[in-house]
Amino acid sequence: MPTRVTIKDYLFESHLFMQRSVQALVFALVLITVLLGRLVYLQVLAHEHYTTLSDDNRIKILPLPPNRGLIFDRNGIILADNLPSYRLEVTPEQVHDMPATLDSLATIINIRDVDRERFEKLRARTPAFKPVPLRFRLSDEEVAHFAIDRHRYPGVDVVAGLSRHYPHGPLASHALGYVGRIDERDLQRIDVSNYSGTTHIGKVGIEKTYENTLHGTVGYRQVETNAEGRVLRTLVRTPPVPGENLYLTLDAELQNITEQTFGERTGAAIAIDPDNGEILAFVSKPTYDPNLFVNGIDSETYQALRDDDQQPLFNRALRGQYPPGSTLKPFVGLGGLEQGITSEHAHTFCPGYYQLPGKERKYRDWKRGGHGSVNLTSAIAQSCDVYFYDLALSMGIDRLHEFLAKFGFGTRTGIDISGELPGLLPSRQWKRAVRGQPWFPGETLITGIGQGFMLTTPIQLASATATLSTYGRRMRPHIVASTQKYDDPELSPIVNEPVLSVPIEDRHHWDVVINAMHEVVHGKRGTARKIGRHAGYEIAGKTGTAQVFGLKEEEKYEAEKLAEKLRDHSLFIAFAPVDTPKIAVAIIVENGGSGSAVAAPIARTILDAYLKKGDTP
Amino acid sequence: MSLLLDSHREDASRRDWQSILHLDALLLFSLIALSTLGLFVLYSSAGGDNQLVLRQCIRLSIAFGAMALIAQLRPQWLQRWTPWLYSIGLLLLIAVLMVGDVSKDAQRWLDLGFVRFQPSEMMKLAVPMMVAWYLSDKRLPPSPSRLMIAGALIVAPVVLIAIQPDLGTSLLIGSAGFFVLFLAGLSWRLLGGLIVLAAAGAPILWHFMHDYQRQRVITFLNPEQDPLGAGYHIIQSKIAIGSGGLFGKGWLNGTQAHLEFLPERSTDFIFAVLGEEFGLFGIGVLLLIYSFIIIRCVYIATQAQDTYSRLLGGSLAMTFFIYIIVNTGMVTGLLPVVGLPLPMISYGGTSMVTLMAGFGILMSIHTHRKLLPT
Repeated sequence: MPTRVTIKDYLFESHLFMQRSVQALVFALVLITVLLGRLVYLQVLAHEHYTTLSDDNRIKILPLPPNRGLIFDRNGIILADNLPSYRLEVTPEQVHDMPATLDSLATIINIRDVDRERFEKLRARTPAFKPVPLRFRLSDEEVAHFAIDRHRYPGVDVVAGLSRHYPHGPLASHALGYVGRIDERDLQRIDVSNYSGTTHIGKVGIEKTYENTLHGTVGYRQVETNAEGRVLRTLVRTPPVPGENLYLTLDAELQNITEQTFGERTGAAIAIDPDNGEILAFVSKPTYDPNLFVNGIDSETYQALRDDDQQPLFNRALRGQYPPGSTLKPFVGLGGLEQGITSEHAHTFCPGYYQLPGKERKYRDWKRGGHGSVNLTSAIAQSCDVYFYDLALSMGIDRLHEFLAKFGFGTRTGIDISGELPGLLPSRQWKRAVRGQPWFPGETLITGIGQGFMLTTPIQLASATATLSTYGRRMRPHIVASTQKYDDPELSPIVNEPVLSVPIEDRHHWDVVINAMHEVVHGKRGTARKIGRHAGYEIAGKTGTAQVFGLKEEEKYEAEKLAEKLRDHSLFIAFAPVDTPKIAVAIIVENGGSGSAVAAPIARTILDAYLKKGDTP
Repeated sequence: MSLLLDSHREDASRRDWQSILHLDALLLFSLIALSTLGLFVLYSSAGGDNQLVLRQCIRLSIAFGAMALIAQLRPQWLQRWTPWLYSIGLLLLIAVLMVGDVSKDAQRWLDLGFVRFQPSEMMKLAVPMMVAWYLSDKRLPPSPSRLMIAGALIVAPVVLIAIQPDLGTSLLIGSAGFFVLFLAGLSWRLLGGLIVLAAAGAPILWHFMHDYQRQRVITFLNPEQDPLGAGYHIIQSKIAIGSGGLFGKGWLNGTQAHLEFLPERSTDFIFAVLGEEFGLFGIGVLLLIYSFIIIRCVYIATQAQDTYSRLLGGSLAMTFFIYIIVNTGMVTGLLPVVGLPLPMISYGGTSMVTLMAGFGILMSIHTHRKLLPT
């Protein structure tokens, strides 16, 4: 290499290189300035915007569902409580391959086809970012198995919660009702935001009627979540307000005895405190286990319940409408006295049948040979039909309707359990409006013995009996005595005012009827004299045998020949003690036969259980 | 060259520890400061994964070791071996395309049995060395015909790497070669022509791009179009940086990073973690260190005594800059997503060793000078 040339080049190249280096650095400086400008924009000018986005990213508001209020009986026995339970939830958005995930989950957790079906249904109508429950009530083993494999299932979570539980199973199920998953119909009648964390809602019974009281107010927590949506920590917490507890008027022990006594029969029994309208026992048979409904009943079980001939889901106490039969007679008799149509001592001769003037048709008495000469007292005690045919005819349907309506026949009692039906107290107007026909006198006759068009519900009959026992002081039947806030040991009683009491013309008239009812149980010829023996207290009652099936004039009723469904209903109403009534009952045994044979003994057991509770150690 | 080596005595007063160890104190300490800052950010982004931080420490040690080792090699020795290094690298790149391991849908790795090796990493150094070697042979600025050959030396490996496909690395290698040409005095007219040519070639390039690469460009142009898909990275990193503000959310308190909203937070997107936790202030500190390193490297290059060292040193300094600007530009949404780490900060091994080897070359250039008597 020639030295001279090298040195010359060296100086020139050194200068060139220096120049180019400076240019390169300027280039770098310009780009770094652009970068800094970008950073100033992001971190200073748009800082607020990105802070908001960052918080939106990480902060989510989660509802905290309130604990549902508990339900106790009048003595503090718990009838509905909440048990800790774990459910499995899947957030569809975070699951890449749903069928594979479900299949895989099924290897560690028992997932039935029913669960999958329900899950798919729910999923179809839930936004993908919201978790959908797959299984309820996981066992401890299942929770443990899942915990081990949790990392394999992004978007799948075990969620702890409280689940409604009815510790006594079917006991008082028709009164309590049950909760079930919130469905489309529920969504329309609730404040959706207050239910944002709640999965269940009262469907029937007290659970439904007192839904607002039991539910409470939802709370919220602001949580920080990671990109997968897993909650990392809570930032702010607004605690929920738990629902209020309910204390019922129901006596669980009496309820249990009543249900036991009722046995396998079909029907209803109501026990009520005449003083204040408190429901002491509320039985509709058959019953069902409300726990089945809490976490979704499977379709087979549901169909079995629904298609059961006995209709266990049917609330007979509120919705069963039965002809009152002879249990109506004391009310009709009282009406005759109070309206001045008959008197205590007026006699009617009973030949075993009755004929309208100028008509051939014979209206039969249940006793073929007739009762002979009867007055009001013996007519009630022996349940003479002819006496009441005659009385009803004298009163006429208008006055009959007017008087019976005062006891609440034909209208809802207003009990605080939803779904009650009104029964039917027929009148001229009703017949013209509904049937488009005039009222016939023969229909007045059979209304007088509680047959024909007339229908009552067991709760109505019990309420009317209670009203009779208290000389017309009519209380609205109610089953919730008081509520209790979660943080307050004090109970807040629900005040129950009398409704439209029956006006008294002459108190003595009431004495006569009550005495006649006393004769039913304690009189020599009383239809329910069997249950009056060795009672130790005085009972006033009335038997009833309601025809389901109209017999022809000359046909003799033979229970054995009739299909069970066509047999007479057996009814009994009673209150005791006669002087100071503490309990009134109404019992209807469907197709049970005669009132004296079936319904009356059940009443005696209930009365004994309630009135002699303190007697035996 | 022999003149410079033989006719001048070494200055005894300069024979301090830097000369003995062939290290440059200013560069060394700023690199240590940089890696220390990097470890702090990595510790946070790793979110308690201490193994990851530990592995990074080991890699840093290896990288610093490699730097110190390379610094011992005389530039003349490197120059002598340059053509060989380049040729072997090119052959390996061809080998990778034929028998390389496929990882993440890209053929980058060559399994040599005892070690998995990325020939493209080697080319990050070999290409600027080769171009510098070729150009330093004759007087500068280079003639058009020599430029053509130099261009071919650059384009061959760039294309081979781009079809692996590894756009980030080929971009880096291309710019490393380009900076040698630029520093060698590439005329501005020719440079303008190249830019026009590049603009015209963009549609052709588009045609040859893989779908995911096209997607990256589309995403860059409009990240909100697909916020949960390809645009997610950019949106989340902008949120991280923007929400950091002036002074950041504090070390270990970055919600974007710690709550896993930010993807690739320990590797390519670690700059966003720094921005979120230390704010504009923290980024300023980082950019200051980077700038100091670049300036120091360019200074070293200008002080070099032969053309090969100068061109190579300057190119290495500017390549380091390209690394930084491409990564930060990507993370802040200024540039499309190109898989390049943030030098010395991002978690990852091979590229860091290459990078530090480059600094080793610069230290070698600086400490093997023969000073002229004053």
